[in-house]
Amino acid sequence: MGDIMSASSAPQVPQPGSTDPAVLRNFCIIAHIDHGKSTLADRMLQITGVVDERAARAQYLDRMDIERERGITIKSQAVRMPFTKSSGDDTGTNYVLNMIDTPGHVDFTYEVSRSLEACEGAILLVDAAQGIEAQTLANLYLAMEADLHIIPVLNKIDLPGAQPEKYAEEIAGIIGGDPDEVLRVSAKTGEGVEALLNAIVEQVPPPVGDPDAPARALIFDSVYDTYRGVVTYVRVVDGKLSHRDKIKMMSTNAVHEMLEVGVISPEPVKSPDLGVGEVGYLITGVKEVRQSRVGDTVTSNAKPAKEPLGGYKTPNPMVFSGLYPIDGDDFATLREALDKLQLNDAALVYEPESSGALGFGFRIGFLGLLHLEIIRERLEREFNLDLIATAPNVVYRLEMEDGREITVTNPSEYPNDGKIAKVFEPITRATILTPTDYIGTIMELCQSRRGQLLGMDYLSEDRVEIKYTLPMGEIMFDFFDALKSRTKGYASLDYEPTGEQAADLVKVDILLQGEVVDAFSAIVHRDSAYAYGVALAGKLKELIPRQQFEVPIQAAIGARIIARENIKAIRKDVLAKCYGGDISRKRKLLEKQKEGKKRMKMVGRVEVPQEAFIAALSTGDATPK
Amino acid sequence: MTRSLGAYVHVPFCSVRCGYCDFNTYTSDELGEGATRASYAVTVEREVDLAREALGDERPFETVFFGGGTPTQLPAADLVRVLRALRDRVGLAPGAEVTTEANPDSVTPASLAALREGGFTRISFGVQSAVPHVLRVLDRTHDPLRVPDAVRWAREAGFEQVSVDLIYGTPGESVDDWRRTLEHAVSLEPDHISAYALIVEQGTALARRVARGEVPAPDDDDLADKYVLADEAFEAAGLSWYELSNWARDEAAQCRHNVLYWRSDDWWGFGPGAHSHVAGRRWWNVKHPAAYAQRLDAGLSPEKDHELVDDDTRTLERVLLESRLRTGLDLTVVPDDHRERVADLRDRGLVDVHGERLVLTRDGRLLADAVVRELV
Repeated sequence: MGDIMSASSAPQVPQPGSTDPAVLRNFCIIAHIDHGKSTLADRMLQITGVVDERAARAQYLDRMDIERERGITIKSQAVRMPFTKSSGDDTGTNYVLNMIDTPGHVDFTYEVSRSLEACEGAILLVDAAQGIEAQTLANLYLAMEADLHIIPVLNKIDLPGAQPEKYAEEIAGIIGGDPDEVLRVSAKTGEGVEALLNAIVEQVPPPVGDPDAPARALIFDSVYDTYRGVVTYVRVVDGKLSHRDKIKMMSTNAVHEMLEVGVISPEPVKSPDLGVGEVGYLITGVKEVRQSRVGDTVTSNAKPAKEPLGGYKTPNPMVFSGLYPIDGDDFATLREALDKLQLNDAALVYEPESSGALGFGFRIGFLGLLHLEIIRERLEREFNLDLIATAPNVVYRLEMEDGREITVTNPSEYPNDGKIAKVFEPITRATILTPTDYIGTIMELCQSRRGQLLGMDYLSEDRVEIKYTLPMGEIMFDFFDALKSRTKGYASLDYEPTGEQAADLVKVDILLQGEVVDAFSAIVHRDSAYAYGVALAGKLKELIPRQQFEVPIQAAIGARIIARENIKAIRKDVLAKCYGGDISRKRKLLEKQKEGKKRMKMVGRVEVPQEAFIAALSTGDATPK
Repeated sequence: MTRSLGAYVHVPFCSVRCGYCDFNTYTSDELGEGATRASYAVTVEREVDLAREALGDERPFETVFFGGGTPTQLPAADLVRVLRALRDRVGLAPGAEVTTEANPDSVTPASLAALREGGFTRISFGVQSAVPHVLRVLDRTHDPLRVPDAVRWAREAGFEQVSVDLIYGTPGESVDDWRRTLEHAVSLEPDHISAYALIVEQGTALARRVARGEVPAPDDDDLADKYVLADEAFEAAGLSWYELSNWARDEAAQCRHNVLYWRSDDWWGFGPGAHSHVAGRRWWNVKHPAAYAQRLDAGLSPEKDHELVDDDTRTLERVLLESRLRTGLDLTVVPDDHRERVADLRDRGLVDVHGERLVLTRDGRLLADAVVRELV
């Protein structure tokens, strides 16, 4: 690798702002979690000399702890890598590769599509032992729609279980072309990575733009930094962004001072300008990412462009959940924490709400369940909050008999009085990739979730792509877990919202000691309401510890009780034993008991454990089969 | 304030390991090298020497308790030898209570006579149950039919107090089984009875059997029923509760050593894994008999670690411990900001207030931990 390192530090490396678009190559990597994207990125950074091996932090590009722990990329970034061609006719020529890191998860599809817009090529990275996964396929289709040149690559060829021939054929079947054209690498050992870099230069078209036109740059990421404010990542399409410019956001016409322009390589490096095709960052002193939104077009205030680049939209939250501090005194802390997270997350929306059961909290809109989990975890970890999350729900649109229209984001607001003419629920188009052995069990699962089969395509002899229309509310709870467990982990899932459908839905309430606990209300299909009520009441009976008095649990639709359970009063709560003078042990047991009580929420007189509020999630099995 | 001083002597030997037991005890197979029953008394004597250095001889032991394990796995002469060391080097108060635990099948008239002669005044038999299938689940090897003999021999040997230990809530024990055990225990006419709910402790063979679903876990309602049955049966037989799990014929029959723990008096725990508490300092010895013996053989203290009890901890401990006694908890011990809870607890029938003392009702005894959590 040493000769490559020295070659890449050869003189006349093209400088930011004055790089001929002809030597630029902008690409991203499309891959499933665990298929080795971060390792490949690290390896490229090393081979191009941007990061030396000793300084290489594992998964350099993923910044946040949670990202590293979960091995997923939430926020994309871009790294500029000088690369000297080491094969072919143009050996020795200096190029500049911009690697744009994309989020991999379905919740962040919009961000993915914007990152793709910033590239001309995409590496389709697939684990040679596992084959392509549904989310990767979805992102691949996005990339193909965006007209990117696709370079198919099989990773982990060093693994004993690797089947490169089989999966090369599968990939060739999906994107067209010859299986032999699928590159084979091991990001771990570095094998084949240099050849891949050469292939990028050869195959990915250079960016094309008008250097003399008014500046237009696409924002594909926007990150809040405590010290610098918002750092906005852009891809320049036309003209030039200079550090002396004032810039304008074309969606809002807001004008900002430009404080700094530069590229990441892999640390920020200032430069005088960014020219056509270049990828870099700008800093304007803006404090919230909402003022510098992904998908927006940046132009120069002095010489503004007339038309923005296409495709901008505000991401809509798809999933709502109530978040409440266990300790009511933490409400203000929760508000501050959300304010802080929102600085860096334009998709996070929230408004205060109050619950009879849980007190004051926030109804929070998320892009999806993963987004919810990440936010909740960050709130608990970074802000030291103990939170209760209510079961997530989707947004319902109600047409009332009097012609009014109501949007329900919280099940407890769902009207009980029967004056509803029609209810609409969001639906998704779900794509499931699976070995053919599991087609039957998957169809059974999808039917039980009110799915409608759209079609089936064989990717290869033993792998199939199944498409379903599924109500979003039905796949939010535990659909993915159920899918994984029924297919021994082999099936993968992707879904995209595709609109809404009318449905026969009812609200199921839960009563503790005769009082409705709003936080437990859920909206479910009429056919499964009874089973849902029975299952949830039973679940709560298990989860709520016995109290010093009897606690009746009821499930109800309106005034009609559909299920009841009873938690008997506790009669014994004492450790009779004395541990031979070991008083410390006894004391520690007591302290542990007290600690356990702190994790409980008082609902009326009843102590309810945190997990109970999310228990509705795991009652999916109640759905009639 | 003068505290009583007690001595606990841990004897970490058993013939078999009972499935429910998580005490620090070893069968000969488990013991390994470096610690033998034969040399145990000599080893403990070395720790008595250390106690003498620390305590002096101004303050004699008012109670001595030999527990285990099975103390009577050792020859009576060895137990007497340790007791003599305690008396000769630190001192025994006049009228001191000297107890040993015993398995009904590990005593003979001769061994009991030897213990009594050597200064033991009280014996506590691990009866546990009168029902063979319950004893089997507990891995207890003794024949319940032998228990009356053992008690009679103890009386004949001249023990002042005879106690029996019972366990309720063993998997498979019916309410009728427990009634039989209660009748059996009462028919022995003991001076004192301890009755403990079975706790499935982590890491025991019983816990594994429960986890595998071979036997059911104890049920709290069943335990509550059995506690009430026991309390009724003992009170009817003239034994009154003086501590949550302990009943005695009269004040003189109460186990003074046990009460000393609940009153946070001072005690020195001798033997591997034994816990001590003297003048606000708690410490505990290394657990394994071999490690214990090595330390003492090398002239070192067997102490493994210690903690100092600060004021808040002391308050918590006093509420925790004293509320278990029939003499009750001095209300001034309850932290000011929790004092208001007392009226509520009384309204709920969990405590009575006698003058300045809070005493648990029978319902309150069953919910003692919940009461304590409300008071601190």
